Amino acid sequence: MSALDRARRVAAEVVDPELPMLTLQDLGVLRSVEMEDGVVAVAITPTYLGCPALATMRDDLVHRLQEAGFPSIGVRIELDPPWSSDWISERGRLALKQHGLSAPGAAPRPLVLNLGPTRRNLTCPRCGSGRTTVTSEFGATACKALYRCDECREPFEHLKEI
Amino acid sequence: MAFDGLLEGNSDQWAFGTDFDDPLAGLDVALPAALDPLEHARFCLGLADDALILSQRLAEWCSRAPDLEDDVALANLALDLLGQARLLLGRAALVDPAVVPVLPAGSPVPAEDALAFFRDAAAFRNVQLVELPNGDFAHVIVRLLMFSVARLELFQQLLSSADPVLAAVAARGVKELAYQRDWAGRWFVTLARGTSESRRRVLAALAGLWVHQAELAEAYGLSGGAVLERVFLAGGVAQPDSVVRVGGRGRDGMHTEALSLLLAEMQVVARAHPMGRW
Repeated sequence: MSALDRARRVAAEVVDPELPMLTLQDLGVLRSVEMEDGVVAVAITPTYLGCPALATMRDDLVHRLQEAGFPSIGVRIELDPPWSSDWISERGRLALKQHGLSAPGAAPRPLVLNLGPTRRNLTCPRCGSGRTTVTSEFGATACKALYRCDECREPFEHLKEI
Repeated sequence: MAFDGLLEGNSDQWAFGTDFDDPLAGLDVALPAALDPLEHARFCLGLADDALILSQRLAEWCSRAPDLEDDVALANLALDLLGQARLLLGRAALVDPAVVPVLPAGSPVPAEDALAFFRDAAAFRNVQLVELPNGDFAHVIVRLLMFSVARLELFQQLLSSADPVLAAVAARGVKELAYQRDWAGRWFVTLARGTSESRRRVLAALAGLWVHQAELAEAYGLSGGAVLERVFLAGGVAQPDSVVRVGGRGRDGMHTEALSLLLAEMQVVARAHPMGRW
């Protein structure tokens, strides 16, 4: 295996600090891994501009690659194109569900004013019921909304469409 | 384990920074010839300061909102704006390094933090709407509604900015601002159609804040008020009469006393340690 393939494999296994059931790759945050003159050049993109987990992601990538024997690593932030929840992989969506989180639907395109409740066709990640109620559009992190299942009465988190 | 990043990272890191050498790295940062660097830096600085100061005001709400969900919402909105502020401050510094305050030789403070923590009130370019002291919950809702409607409209235009950095910030920002606007809009309608007390409060907040709409509209180049009209209509609130701007503009460095007090609190620790390192 070439050094580049090895670096890509190592980077692909690093998990998100807020959603540890997802790798950065499954989340769509890991944009590219290249070799440039012996330096592993990694590009990541923020889910939200103010995402405080970005520095931790960078540190985790650097540490894992250092442990794998790469002496020189550069991590840069890529803003364009902006991250979309559509980039979460199928494997990532399955992992979210297995950990009691609801995966995002398709990201909305037109930015029309919505004064009514956000309508999402969600199923409870625990019991599978389609009867759910949003309790807050904002959760413990910027990327999550809070829901409650009206069937099993359990609260759950939903990754927002963005 | 948690402190590994702090200990093993770049030893030049300023004690209060995030240790990202350049938040704009990876973007094509060359300024197109069509844009005047001084004017463009000023434009970025105004947008950055609006986000930074409103972020600080929203953060003051932490633990004070009427319920936990909205407390979290306000903190999230503050964080989104702080993210916009960081990139826009960095962009302003890159386009015109003269805007960055001069710090002692060898200071590890990066440009974005120097701009945030080492400028006095008169050097800030934010509109006055964002610096006003917090009031009740209706006040923060009306302020956020006015701000997010204006900012989303401008950011949608900036998607096609000649500056690729500004276009990238706008592309990310519009999605966040849409959540912000919807949240504020829903609460506006809820309060306006709620009890007589909630309606009284939202009308009072609107009456108090609307005098700042003219300055906001001027700074953001707003053409019409179609979105606000829809929200007012949904809430059964009459569109306030248009007002003429009186007094100085925040974009010219003219501010209310409230900004100095906000900055005193926000900057005091950073200013005590311009050379501070981990």
